Amino acid sequence: MANKILVFIEQRNGQIKKSSTEAARAAADICSKLGGYIEAVSVGNEITGLETIGGYGVSKVTHLKNHELANYSSSAYSEVLTRFVIENNFNLLFFSNTSMGKDLAPRIAAKIDAGIAMDCVALKVEETEITATRPVYAGKALIDLKINSLKKIFVLRPNIFNPGIPSDSKAEVTVNNIETVNLNVKVTDVKKSDGKFDVAEADIIVSGGRGMKGPEHFHLLEELAQELGAAVGASRAAVDAGWRPHGEQVGQTGKTVSPTLYFALGISGAIQHLAGMRSSKYIVAINKDKDAPIFQVADYGIVGDIFEVLPVLIKEIKKIKS
Amino acid sequence: MKIAVCVSHVPDTAAKINIGSDSKNIDQNGVTFVVNPYDEYAIEEALKTKEKFGGETVAISLGGDANKETLRKALAMGIDNAVLLKDSGFRDSLSVAKALAEEIKTQGAELVFFGKQSVDYDSSIVGQLTAELLGYNCISVVISFSLDGNKITCEREIEGGKEIVETALPALITAQKGLNEPRYASLKGIMAAKKKEIIEKQPVAAQNYIEIISMKKTESKQAGKIVGTDSSAVPELVRLLREEAKVI
Repeated sequence: MANKILVFIEQRNGQIKKSSTEAARAAADICSKLGGYIEAVSVGNEITGLETIGGYGVSKVTHLKNHELANYSSSAYSEVLTRFVIENNFNLLFFSNTSMGKDLAPRIAAKIDAGIAMDCVALKVEETEITATRPVYAGKALIDLKINSLKKIFVLRPNIFNPGIPSDSKAEVTVNNIETVNLNVKVTDVKKSDGKFDVAEADIIVSGGRGMKGPEHFHLLEELAQELGAAVGASRAAVDAGWRPHGEQVGQTGKTVSPTLYFALGISGAIQHLAGMRSSKYIVAINKDKDAPIFQVADYGIVGDIFEVLPVLIKEIKKIKS
Repeated sequence: MKIAVCVSHVPDTAAKINIGSDSKNIDQNGVTFVVNPYDEYAIEEALKTKEKFGGETVAISLGGDANKETLRKALAMGIDNAVLLKDSGFRDSLSVAKALAEEIKTQGAELVFFGKQSVDYDSSIVGQLTAELLGYNCISVVISFSLDGNKITCEREIEGGKEIVETALPALITAQKGLNEPRYASLKGIMAAKKKEIIEKQPVAAQNYIEIISMKKTESKQAGKIVGTDSSAVPELVRLLREEAKVI
């Protein structure tokens, strides 16, 4: 049986998430290696730019549309998507490992009795089988796995799969108006947090730990973050001390992140912190203790007093950004 | 009202992980196991809900005898009853969810709390799968929970903010850090927990769809260079980030 592949395109406020372009490209690659047919689906009300998915190798997108679908609803989204999957006989599904993907994909898995692999960081095709690699124990170990059920779902970690440069191809977008929507679980409001960027999605993260000595000094991090267009993160020590909100925590009991650039400022590098950020492409550490474990994973380190180094770093960054 | 809380028994987050001789699991030698950190928030919320509205609480765990330690901790914190679904083999998330859903049904619990993920396999989906199998409403990654009659209102953490979500019983909630401050078990609670019976049951069989081919340790990153000491090293750091790494 030829594979019928479906990739889920996530929207928030009608805008397509970058992680969905990564998933589209990865799924299209799998399709070309495995053989089969691929299309994409998105759920929402007004969505802009769905045709651009064509540039990532998926030439058909179905938009499941209703004004009640503008905000995510686990009951509504999972119901309309499951119906779409069953009616069109898709057997291989791809999602992104985002807040929405993590909530939605398992519901589809339970409804269609599919094996589901979360947080995949690599996919490989050998003959007719997909092998996925995913971190476990917050990245302290990696497993290779395969899914043995007829229907399979792979959920891909954002910021890992390269979406490549999009071509000019436009996908054919079909709008499928949904008549009734199950709002048993209903989002009544969405509140944005103060910070501009979230650690889970940011390309650059500026994180502070116990070495920041108190909440009053985090304005330095915020200033650096603003210059770099970065998100502010924090170690568990800083969060548990009440200096920063838990939403900023990076590490095993916080968020696992893989930005392009990670600044660890006044963070010694406890094993549970390293687990959450070690897959960052470049790590910069500034710490006064030259033996701090953070230097074991840092690409670039400065040994010194954070309060002496940081203002100079902000000044230098400002210089090059102006 | 019957309230269930599902708990897992996991390596301490401070534990170093080594791979076992089968290359598919970790080597458990010398590893301290604890209550999954997120499950402590789930236990606390179950207790708070019972204190407010009355009812009965039950903790359910799937695993080997070692999981009794985690169930005892739940009892010591104040959970009324504990059930161990005894199974020491590997189960994937969906297979775990099938076993838990069956037990929750048997218990007749109409409100269920999970931790948002267990810090071993980190899939963060067992709660959602279980809810779906039960046909319960579900809100995941919850940082605030309130119940008013039949109506539930939660705050759910998402990228860059939070959603305010409403639903109704029967429901399953997965707890995120920030939901509450888990209580410490009192000495009296610890003593009482020792006397309580942990009911052992055979979980329903379910096929694994996920097959682990191999497990390996993450290669430790090559330590980079110390650019220098104090602020005099900053210009060189900035140069490296621009010219060598090309990231700013």
